[in-house]
Amino acid sequence: MTTFDLNFAEDYFTLFGLPREQALDLASLEKCFRAVQAKVHPDKHAHAGDSDRRLAMQWATRVNEAFQTLKSPGKRARYLLHLLGHDPQIESNTAMPVEFLMKQMELREAVMEARSAADEEALEAVRSNLLNEIKVEYQRLAELIDVTRDFTAAANLVRQLMFQEKLLTEIDDALEAVTA
Amino acid sequence: MALLQIAEPGESAAPHEHRLAVGIDLGTTNSLVATVRSGMSVVLNDASGRPLLPSVVAYAADGSVEVGYSAEARQSIDPRNTIVSVKRFMGRGRHDIAHIETLPYDFVDAEGMVKLKTIAGIRSPVEISAEILKTIRHRAEASLGGELTGAVITVPAYFDDAQRQATKDAARLAGLNVLRLLNEPTAAAIAYGLDNSVEGVYAVFDLGGGTFDISILRLSKGVFEVMATGGDSALGGDDFDHRVFCWIIEQAKLMPLSPHDARLLQMRAREAKEQLSQHGEAPITVKLGSSEYVDLVLTTEVFTEITRTLVQKALAPCKKALRDAGLTVADVSGVVMVGGSTRMPQIQHAVAELFKQEPLNNLDPDKVVALGAATQANLLAGNRATGDDWLLLDVNPLSLGLETMGGLVEKVIPRNSTIPVARAQDFTTFKDGQTAMAIHVVQGERELVTDCRSLARFELRGIPPMVAGAARIRVTFQVDADGLLSVTAREQTTGHQARIEVKPSYGLSDDEIAGMLKESFSHASDDAFRRALREAQVESQRLIEATQSALLESADLLSTLERAHIDATVTKLQTVMIGDDRRAIDAAMQALSAATNEFAARRMNQSVQRALAGRNVDQLSL
Repeated sequence: MTTFDLNFAEDYFTLFGLPREQALDLASLEKCFRAVQAKVHPDKHAHAGDSDRRLAMQWATRVNEAFQTLKSPGKRARYLLHLLGHDPQIESNTAMPVEFLMKQMELREAVMEARSAADEEALEAVRSNLLNEIKVEYQRLAELIDVTRDFTAAANLVRQLMFQEKLLTEIDDALEAVTA
Repeated sequence: MALLQIAEPGESAAPHEHRLAVGIDLGTTNSLVATVRSGMSVVLNDASGRPLLPSVVAYAADGSVEVGYSAEARQSIDPRNTIVSVKRFMGRGRHDIAHIETLPYDFVDAEGMVKLKTIAGIRSPVEISAEILKTIRHRAEASLGGELTGAVITVPAYFDDAQRQATKDAARLAGLNVLRLLNEPTAAAIAYGLDNSVEGVYAVFDLGGGTFDISILRLSKGVFEVMATGGDSALGGDDFDHRVFCWIIEQAKLMPLSPHDARLLQMRAREAKEQLSQHGEAPITVKLGSSEYVDLVLTTEVFTEITRTLVQKALAPCKKALRDAGLTVADVSGVVMVGGSTRMPQIQHAVAELFKQEPLNNLDPDKVVALGAATQANLLAGNRATGDDWLLLDVNPLSLGLETMGGLVEKVIPRNSTIPVARAQDFTTFKDGQTAMAIHVVQGERELVTDCRSLARFELRGIPPMVAGAARIRVTFQVDADGLLSVTAREQTTGHQARIEVKPSYGLSDDEIAGMLKESFSHASDDAFRRALREAQVESQRLIEATQSALLESADLLSTLERAHIDATVTKLQTVMIGDDRRAIDAAMQALSAATNEFAARRMNQSVQRALAGRNVDQLSL
């Protein structure tokens, strides 16, 4: 296989010409994503030679991946901490504050109960509370990374947020099961 | 803003030449073809001025094939050899097909995709669909007065990989160059969005004859972005007909039906359903071959009652798609209705109630998909005018994954990922000296492999023998812009590229396709040869033009030596392509393609840098 001289070594922030920060301006990100995708998308090369088309697909794939990573605050934080040399070690480090774990267990039970009772309203209520909580915590996370630069605390918060995001997926699954 | 004025590689090749490109809506009940003429998207009618082509194929004993209205007329005379709604069988196994016992066809028991035994021989759904596409191609070429450069063919957004692949294979059999498989609701959104220059979040509710799609899109200037899609690839107007059909049998207390009578009743059921869209009741009177007599009246109330669960079945995917998009009904600016089945008042009411707004019906639900596809085909063929350009970002409808221990599914690419998308997953050996590994690719949302669709089984061989757990095999899934999946595998520690054997579970192998092509050309083998040669020549010309315009634009990216090499390869291809040695042409094309790989990469990098360089984010035009 030929190795292409793609600028694949560039990190996602550099790819879109954006500053390396957690409090990323989403509107700017979207504009840059579209500007780059408008250049590389396979549809823009549908009538070009094979090499161009293959490259276009690889580039468009990469640009989509970069956009998805930077768009989601959780993925963005993990990626940014990794770039900064403070990998949150999601797989190996599972230490969590006890009161956080207790609260998560309670919420999880509430979701399971609502699911078996097919209580759509209760599920929606838990979901919207959780969403609000997550939103506040992401604001705190941006401060920890961009302002106070306390990467250890940031990595801990990222791990907690992963827990909460997981719970959110479970609520969505429950809603799906209840409304199906 | 100057962004779009930087010449695109596709645009710069001979911009004066208008290429003939069409959009094809290959529907369950009807098919259509449209093109862009003087900047307007128009449906191409047949010689009698009819826009629709019934998706019906009739086979006769002498091997002749009829497609469209003439075939439709034969369905009650010869139901076994007159295939309707073949789209429902595309990429499907026997057990996937609903109400198979009530269908008049002679299905062949086989692994993988169903096949039908007809009077003209055994036919796969791919071949039957290819007959429809051939008729469409002839209509378009007669109407446009030349050979088609390419076609955009629409598929339900909720079609899985096997169904998409089957559609692409059918196009290949029909001699069409597929520029793109486009999702039907996305095509409709293009037609609607360009027509009304709207912005915001729109839902496209597309209920056709056999399939249901819901897509949530964000429309903004120059970008159509699909945020989520959902649906049911086995829910459509046919199912409403079937409910009426069953109701008739029950009410009239009929004996088991002959294929002929069943077909007749199905037609009456559909007519009654259509009549109810305009009137409060529909009389059903039929004299059957069994000399039984049916005399019933179907009222709106009864119809609503017997189809209630079908309507509900369409609403659940709407809620799911909204959730996947991270939106609520309040975010939706409009609901665009597509597909003939959305004419049913029951559907209109249910959609209005769910989305808390009256749905938009100002487009012809039968034509909008073909019109949108034609616009996209025109763009992809390189006929676009400066400034008249847009970007389409679609998603994959279903999650893709691998079978792991215990028959569980490990998701590799989640549903609603923007395509093209690629993901890699690492695996290791679990025995010392293990040199092979079986990998099972599945598609679907469920946790158990048995509840998902099997797409392919791969066997990786030639893994260097190592102790258990030492080998690192990286399996990469790549979904292209057509939504089609390809899988590659590589042993990481040694860099050994493992050999892959693909056994498509429901698709056709390349050998089968080649066999069908050969068979369809057996009457005209010279034609086939000439056509293939002509295609190679056209392709060569295209490649040369693309290369030359790239050289004109970005000569500074090459050293003198590199430039000389590319020039020599171009000259070689120019010499060979005049002759009739297709293999030599193919080889010269490959050589040119290889010689420009690095050049193409540099151009792409440059164009990305230019997209952002020296520009304030606020000035970006998209």
